[in-house]
Amino acid sequence: MKFSPKIGSRILADYGMFLVLIVLGVFFSAVTLSEQQPTGPTAALQVVRQIEAGFSAEAGILIPARDLTDDAAFAAELVRLLGERGFKNLFQVVGEPRDARMELERMEASGVTLQVVAGNETTAGWLVFADLKVDFPGLGNPVVLKPRSHRWPNFLKRDNLLNITNQIAVIAIIAVGMTVVIISGGIDLSVGSLIALSAVTACLLIQNLAGALKAGVFGMTLSCAAAILGSGLVGSFTGCMITGFGIPPFIVTLGVMMMASGFAYLLSGGESVYQVPDSFVWLGREASFLGVPNAVFLMVLLYWVAHVMMSKTKLGRYFYAVGGNAEAARLSGVPVRRVRLLAYSLCGLLAGLGGVVMASQLKSGAPTYGQMYELYVIAAVVVGGTSLSGGEGRIFGTLIGAFIIAVIQNGMNLMNVESYTQKVVLGAVILVAVLLDKLKQGGFRTR
Amino acid sequence: MATPLLEMRRIGKSYPGVHALTRVDLSLRSGEVLALMGENGAGKSTLIKILGGAQRPDCGVIRLQGDEVSIESPVRARELGIAVIYQEFNLVPGLSAMENVFLGQELTRAGWIQHDQQRARTRELLTQLGMEFDPETPCRLLTVAQQQAVEIARALSLKARILVLDEPSAVLTPREVDKLFSIIRRLQARGLGLIYIGHRLEEIFQIADRVTVLRDGANVGERAIVDCSRNQLIEMMVGRELQNEFPKRDSRPGAERLVVKGMSRGRAVRDVSLKARRGEVLAIAGLVGSGRTELARLVFGADRADTGEVYLDGRLLGIRSPRDAIAAGIGLLTEDRKLQGLVLSHSVRHNFALPNLDMFAPLGFLDSALERAEFGRFSEALRIKLSGGGQAAGHLSGGNQQKLVIAKWLARRCEVLIFDEPTRGIDVGAKYEIYGLINDLAWQGKVVVMISSELPEVLGMADRILVMHEGRITGEIADVRASSQEEIMKLAIA
Repeated sequence: MKFSPKIGSRILADYGMFLVLIVLGVFFSAVTLSEQQPTGPTAALQVVRQIEAGFSAEAGILIPARDLTDDAAFAAELVRLLGERGFKNLFQVVGEPRDARMELERMEASGVTLQVVAGNETTAGWLVFADLKVDFPGLGNPVVLKPRSHRWPNFLKRDNLLNITNQIAVIAIIAVGMTVVIISGGIDLSVGSLIALSAVTACLLIQNLAGALKAGVFGMTLSCAAAILGSGLVGSFTGCMITGFGIPPFIVTLGVMMMASGFAYLLSGGESVYQVPDSFVWLGREASFLGVPNAVFLMVLLYWVAHVMMSKTKLGRYFYAVGGNAEAARLSGVPVRRVRLLAYSLCGLLAGLGGVVMASQLKSGAPTYGQMYELYVIAAVVVGGTSLSGGEGRIFGTLIGAFIIAVIQNGMNLMNVESYTQKVVLGAVILVAVLLDKLKQGGFRTR
Repeated sequence: MATPLLEMRRIGKSYPGVHALTRVDLSLRSGEVLALMGENGAGKSTLIKILGGAQRPDCGVIRLQGDEVSIESPVRARELGIAVIYQEFNLVPGLSAMENVFLGQELTRAGWIQHDQQRARTRELLTQLGMEFDPETPCRLLTVAQQQAVEIARALSLKARILVLDEPSAVLTPREVDKLFSIIRRLQARGLGLIYIGHRLEEIFQIADRVTVLRDGANVGERAIVDCSRNQLIEMMVGRELQNEFPKRDSRPGAERLVVKGMSRGRAVRDVSLKARRGEVLAIAGLVGSGRTELARLVFGADRADTGEVYLDGRLLGIRSPRDAIAAGIGLLTEDRKLQGLVLSHSVRHNFALPNLDMFAPLGFLDSALERAEFGRFSEALRIKLSGGGQAAGHLSGGNQQKLVIAKWLARRCEVLIFDEPTRGIDVGAKYEIYGLINDLAWQGKVVVMISSELPEVLGMADRILVMHEGRITGEIADVRASSQEEIMKLAIA
């Protein structure tokens, strides 16, 4: 009885937006369905399978390739795989159709029998191979093989899915902190500026203290940690202003947003900072584990930790209670001020981390980073089902919210929708998503 | 017999899974005060919401002066001359009294508001009600009684023929209640029909002409008030005979446990000292605003005291916050459960766990099995009626909410429990159970301090009574049995 319908409906109730995400996924899959040509090793393997099925190891095989890296890789893989399987009579030609014709003529002259021409989508279509039986009767009756194409949505391609995830990583990471802040009854508008501040700080430290282009892993790690910690301190400052003086979070974070952005410009002199080593992109662009980009790995890890924190720890309960009814929480012994302070500090730290990830993705730090990101982050949290009035929401809901935004953007890119229209659609979809959520919760509250 | 002003016949209403009302009848004549009584959840609010147009009935007929009407919205109710004054007032705090009276029906000429006319008209209405204050005062600066008068004035300005008052006395001081009653009599004399909802029996006998009692969504009885005794009324509401409003208990006061010395804060609490003994129920009586709640908040650390010390079992407690007080074993049941006692949108179990998380999560990680077990134990022991631990606290009835708050503190194993208006807004049956719980606690040797405005409750429950007035303790009544409501009132007015 582990998977009773009750559990299913509970998941839907808690994460109703998941359905919206799936619907969007299905829609974009349907509209981006198209012929897919396999490339690289996959393509080679497919052709080898065809050869294996129809020919013996003695067969003569010609492998034409253009003078391009992709073609070379394909040809090399073919040769390797065929060699492994005992095919000995392999002929390679690199260049243009003219080179292929010369090779064929040479082969015919030396009395070689050819059974197969194994090309890729382009080379297999060369006119020179179109009528081999007539043009080169001496070669026998060779067959032209190429990788088979199949229909598959562009949207659902592995590369595209990883791309979506990598694109949303920064927003999703920061949205973790924002969810905690909003659940505890606040809001933080400063995260976008903190991205810029943190990115600029990290890159400046690497450039000026860690050895610029020759910086080592240790120096870079330390620089990034310092930048993240700096953002965390800004978050703590925000929290102090809010809890210590009772200024509304909207105003405090609005002020901090401007200050942080200003500092980012002051520190960098308004310029982009790019004196960083190539290895700096490890976090943002590389995938050192199971092909999953490192930033995505980090994101998933953070969501899991945050989920455990919010649902299984005392601290998590405190965040919810403070957002639900701060006075009742205080009178029940919850250290309300400390809890709020912690929420803003956490949000600052994660915004700093987001900034470092972004700097790594773009291999530089500029004060223009993260503009409007606070709004995307808040949108992700709200679309994810967290109530702006506090006390209610789920961490994984936010992840779904972030993905909804990313999927819409990505899908429209694939459909070649231009960017102004994209903005309109994105805004409308956010509204519709939240509206659906409201309807699901038993209609509108009239009070 | 003349046609009644209002007649509701066979009104039925059900919500998913619940029959809120089954064929309820109600009739009201002009110039009459009808008391509508019943335990919480008996269906009073639903009936009133139907009358006020906030809910549609599933079946039944409503007749106004013999004509059948359909009240499909609050606006329609207003047009028909039905005004409902809910417990939570519908006033805009920042607007003045006169602006609130004419909100949504401003007196205008060519789009311009006629301030002078509105002022004059408001003053006239207030004078009719026997209230004198400046109609230009912002509502947030008015006393609760004055705000109530503004609500009534608004109803009158709308030419209301039927006025429904939902527990109007709950938030008033005794003197203000007298004033309210004189207002009600004036309206009665003008031929309005009034429906008065209330829990306090004394008031019902004082003001009502007739009483209709509901229980479990159905009519139990309708009597002229002169034909009906106090016990009969309680019996009708509860459905069983109550031997006594207050359960009996052997009191055996022991050693002093809680000692408060020289507690002061501004003008609200001035140099209050008191001692509470093991096994006694100490009541603090006094008018609203006499400093009782403020004193409780100081002891609990909810507000910072200017001066004052709290000792428990001879040990000085340095309390600077509720967190310190709770750690020292003090629990406070606030007078306002909804705003201060519970997180209404959160589940019953989470509310129960909130002050006990140190116990349920010793290393920061929740032991949810322990949490569930403890919740099950206490909700059963206190007989809290709920559909499950995941139910939102806001969906419980008043009595069960109060039990939940008590459970919260009992699980914490508090040694001192301060009850601020423990039975406000709670029906008779649940009241009796709460009293029983308070007695049990005292019997177990805990320190029980009970703040209450209801004098019969104070006299029925307390072993000793302290009376406060203007932030000071003005008297102590050690022999409660020999005392009377008059004696307490004298001290409370000092």
